[in-house]
Amino acid sequence: MRLRAAALAALVLLSGCGSTSDDEATPAESGGVTGTVTVFAAASLTESFTTIGEQFEQKNPGTTVTFSFAGSSALATQINEGAPADVFASAAPKNMDAVTSAVTPTTFAKNQLVIAVAKGNPKGITGLAGLTGADLKVALCAEAVPCGAAAETATEAAGVTITPVTLEQDVKAALSKVKLGEVDASLVYRTDAKAAAADVDAVEFPESEKAINDYPIAVLKEAKNPVGAQAFVAYIGTDEAKAVLTEAGFQAP
Amino acid sequence: MTRRTRVPVPLLVPAALGLVFLVLPLVGLLARTPWSTLPQRLAEPEVAMALRLSMLTSTLATLLCLVFGVPLAWMLARVEFPGRRLVRALITVPLVLPPVVGGIALLLALGRRGLVGSWLDENFGFSLPFTTAGVVVAEAFVALPFLVISVEGALRGADTRYEEAAATLGATRWISFTHVTLPLVAPGIAAGGVLCWARALGEFGATITFAGNFPGVTQTMPLAVYQTMESGDLEGAVVLSLILLAVSVTILAALRDRWLTTP
Amino acid sequence: MTGHLVDARLQVRRGTFALDIALRIQPGETVALLGPNGAGKTTALRALAGLTPLSGGHLTVDGHDLDHPEKKTWVPPEQRPIGVVFQDYLLFPHLSARDNVAFGPRRHGVDRRTAHATADRWLERVGLADHGRRKPRQLSGGQAQRVALARALALDPALLLLDEPLAALDARTRLETRAELNRHLTAHPGAALLVTHDPLDALVLADRLVIVEDGRVVQEGDAATITARPRTDYVARLVGLNLYRGRGDGHTVEVAGGFALTTTDTVHGEAFVAFPPSAVALHPHRPDGSPRNTWSATLTDIQRHGDNLRVRLDGPINVAADITPAAAAHLELEPGRELWVAVKAAETRAYTA
Repeated sequence: MRLRAAALAALVLLSGCGSTSDDEATPAESGGVTGTVTVFAAASLTESFTTIGEQFEQKNPGTTVTFSFAGSSALATQINEGAPADVFASAAPKNMDAVTSAVTPTTFAKNQLVIAVAKGNPKGITGLAGLTGADLKVALCAEAVPCGAAAETATEAAGVTITPVTLEQDVKAALSKVKLGEVDASLVYRTDAKAAAADVDAVEFPESEKAINDYPIAVLKEAKNPVGAQAFVAYIGTDEAKAVLTEAGFQAP
Repeated sequence: MTRRTRVPVPLLVPAALGLVFLVLPLVGLLARTPWSTLPQRLAEPEVAMALRLSMLTSTLATLLCLVFGVPLAWMLARVEFPGRRLVRALITVPLVLPPVVGGIALLLALGRRGLVGSWLDENFGFSLPFTTAGVVVAEAFVALPFLVISVEGALRGADTRYEEAAATLGATRWISFTHVTLPLVAPGIAAGGVLCWARALGEFGATITFAGNFPGVTQTMPLAVYQTMESGDLEGAVVLSLILLAVSVTILAALRDRWLTTP
Repeated sequence: MTGHLVDARLQVRRGTFALDIALRIQPGETVALLGPNGAGKTTALRALAGLTPLSGGHLTVDGHDLDHPEKKTWVPPEQRPIGVVFQDYLLFPHLSARDNVAFGPRRHGVDRRTAHATADRWLERVGLADHGRRKPRQLSGGQAQRVALARALALDPALLLLDEPLAALDARTRLETRAELNRHLTAHPGAALLVTHDPLDALVLADRLVIVEDGRVVQEGDAATITARPRTDYVARLVGLNLYRGRGDGHTVEVAGGFALTTTDTVHGEAFVAFPPSAVALHPHRPDGSPRNTWSATLTDIQRHGDNLRVRLDGPINVAADITPAAAAHLELEPGRELWVAVKAAETRAYTA
């Protein structure tokens, strides 16, 4: 029953109702959502959006959601250069603002940084101050990517200076360096650390409160499938999608 | 008067299209170049740093490839040994492997937790990733096949009877390799070296994966280009690409005149 | 010790081909290994130089075993006292003529200056004193051949091997170079083995001929013996003789199918009969008088041969005859024409097989 309810909710949203949930809605055959919806999404959304996309496809038979996950800044550049995207979900407002064709972005989730360390935290890292040691290898995201910008804000707030060995192009790359054991720690989103819980431990630190990322999503002006794009953006607001995001470690906006 | 050769149309048309196909993206780059801000971009210290690092690492990678690749090519060309076909196939692996996967593979072998890397780390406290040496290793890994393949081709094309003649004059196989074979295939080695260097210079995927990305240490020109583009500065990326292009074309042209023309 | 500088039994098996020849060469002697293409001459040369290992037999030079499979002895080419002049010389293209000649001495531990002095001396000996700085591609064919010879001789090899040393030269250069090569071979104190398919080279340059066919020695001896008494068709053709094998009974030798040739020599048992094409006379009708050997034959082929014509005739025995163009016109020669062949007994030579 829940499935049907969620599908209905999507349809209601699509029709512009704005309500996130409507258990009373009557069954409808189709709201005209068909074809392929192309979603460009920040790398940190990889796991949750993949799940949400599958759900969306189930609710809307005949619809396919294809994702392109990468660093938000790379995606923004691609979209500005004419990449055929219908929806853009960024890990920071800055990258959304860079996309000229985004139509009224809305924030759908928040994320915050943790310190990802090897399983069992062998170096005993407890906070940002523990990352300044010269014998410690730290990977950060490049400043242009949201996780890099957030890391910068957080370290400033903590009043520490971290000298990383590498500036990775997206949060997943930074995390994989921890997974592989090439670095001892990395500042990544809580969601990413959670997705990789089998390989890494997450160390929370207070300064991350100062650097919380808003995740905006928007339909793009040039969308080839505007109806599908609207439907997908609306679906992100449903309880079911929110549940997936929360499960992944995102906070509600 | 030189006799004019008529080029058959079925050859001329695809040849011209092929050329256009290669040149058009270059024209695209030039069209987007912000010529007015070019000088100040050039003066940026990061650019000089990345360029210097690129030149250094690709040259070192080429030397590394020469040291290991020429003997390997010689083995493949001159020595019958079991599994030679397999070895030859293995050498082409970096050619078909996506460079990023090559980088991961290097991490798994030479990284801090890698097969050999962990041993290096434990015994010498030394690890390759995130070092300039790591960049050289990543570039050499990707570029080595180019050298081996062209040098092996040159060796196979060379007349082995010269080596026999050297033997009858008292040269051991090693002396005959250094004094006869090497000079004979020098043009092939030079061509292979240039190819290898060019490939190392443009290397991106394996480098960023294995060696990481840090200005002045592991950020070569292709990485700088990528990072600049990532940060939304497309014009900056175009400028950096052009600089890389101009420098490499100049060097290749100079080498071509010096080495790659047969008398 | 045998008194021979080179004492060899060369056995090399490769696929279906088997080489098995015995060779003995004395100091100062030049032996020509003569044979048709594919006879195994080059294989023999490579086996001597150490470029192809023996599968059986032995090779002893100057009392040292260089290759003896049974004893598991094998000396690599670079340690053999053997020099080689290759067919197309194989001068190292990146080295000057002088450095090519100095290459051998340098490899034998001679310092650069001494090696260059040796090279200059040898270049002077072969008449190329002022060509030392030239690269091989700047030398003519004859000059390159002389540099190759100097390069091989600069090491004073106990055995000098020459593989078709004149084959790559044009006719005129060949004549000059052959004469000069002869001088150097005569002056060379060691043994020399010349591999060739050109009988003229062999006759001019060698003291002794060893004729190889299909991996075996078919005949061996000095030039006079071999030209006078060939023992195979190949040798006969080589020296330009008609040759038949048969059974001798006094002054007649019965060759093919009861056909007998009369000769002035006396032979018994297995025997050869040989006579030159110039000894064959052709007649339109059955000739009368002295010639003892006459038979009817059919003309199959006419070819120019120097100033004369060489015709081939089928009959009880196949024969080649040399006739003048005038005689040819008189006989109205054309393939298929029936003619009478006459050979004087006094012009034939018979000898036991």
